[in-house]
Amino acid sequence: MRVDIAKGILEKNDSLAEENRRVFAENGVFVVDLMASPGAGKTSTILATIAALRDRYRIAVIEGDIASRVDAEKISAHGIPAVQINTGGACHLESDMIRRAVAALDLAELDLLIIENVGNLVCPTDFDLGENAKVMILSVPEGHDKPQKYPNIFQVAEAVILNKYDTLAYFDFDEADFRGVVTKLNPTAPVFPMSATKGEGVDAWAEWLAARIDAARTGESA
Amino acid sequence: MHEMGICDGILSASFDAASAKGAACINSIDVTIGELTEIQEEALQFAFSVLTKESIAEDSVLNITILPARSRCADCSAEFGHGRFDATCPECGSYLCELLEGRELRIDAIDID
Repeated sequence: MRVDIAKGILEKNDSLAEENRRVFAENGVFVVDLMASPGAGKTSTILATIAALRDRYRIAVIEGDIASRVDAEKISAHGIPAVQINTGGACHLESDMIRRAVAALDLAELDLLIIENVGNLVCPTDFDLGENAKVMILSVPEGHDKPQKYPNIFQVAEAVILNKYDTLAYFDFDEADFRGVVTKLNPTAPVFPMSATKGEGVDAWAEWLAARIDAARTGESA
Repeated sequence: MHEMGICDGILSASFDAASAKGAACINSIDVTIGELTEIQEEALQFAFSVLTKESIAEDSVLNITILPARSRCADCSAEFGHGRFDATCPECGSYLCELLEGRELRIDAIDID
């Protein structure tokens, strides 16, 4: 006997993500999901973003890693609330992990929640967490060919940060080729060259993010 | 890379539907996967063979339909099929296109006894 199901395979994840989205909106919290390879500079980008925006917005961070509290401790040292999720081997965050992590935060006292996904260019792309925007970071040493090798992550991201831009002279990184492929994959995504640890180029990214946060508040976009 | 988790989602929905009908066994499960997802067909079949062991789906077949990507041009409204890298409107050359199909992860139906 044939039984029709016609359901999303990730329906449980997606419905919990929608619930997260509703809770975030109710509390006026803008949520950004940062995705990148291990070592691309996700935590450094978060620290630079905090430095640029902490006077304007109340910020908290959820750190996703397979193991350790290293990243959450780095964030907490700057006086920013940080919750560490250890996925215990899982290659990406899921919406239920976010729901449980958020319980440790006072959402009513927040404007911006930054989620650092597990370092991986593949798996995080298929999972909605309830965020307002997914953003991906590529670092110069990883090579300009990554959009060709991992197209999906460049397609789901609303903005692309090109980190470690200060090292451009030392690597065989063809910026024009990189930008050309990113534009083909995702014509509307801005590319922000940045050196997170040196603070160069952070302002353009921070202003883009601030504009998105303010637009979400005034209801221009969700 | 996350086919085990995806397969777990397929099986939990299938087991729920099968037990609601009082099924003794599941013969087959039909799913549709969009070409632009990060799902690899062989890895999904492998996960399925592992996760169905000692269950009512142990002897079942996983039928995977891969759905090609389709988009609509935001400039001229033409609809067209494409791969990962060539989502360019064949009519007017615009890159601004809205994806219509290609990111599906769907369980269509099961066959039970």
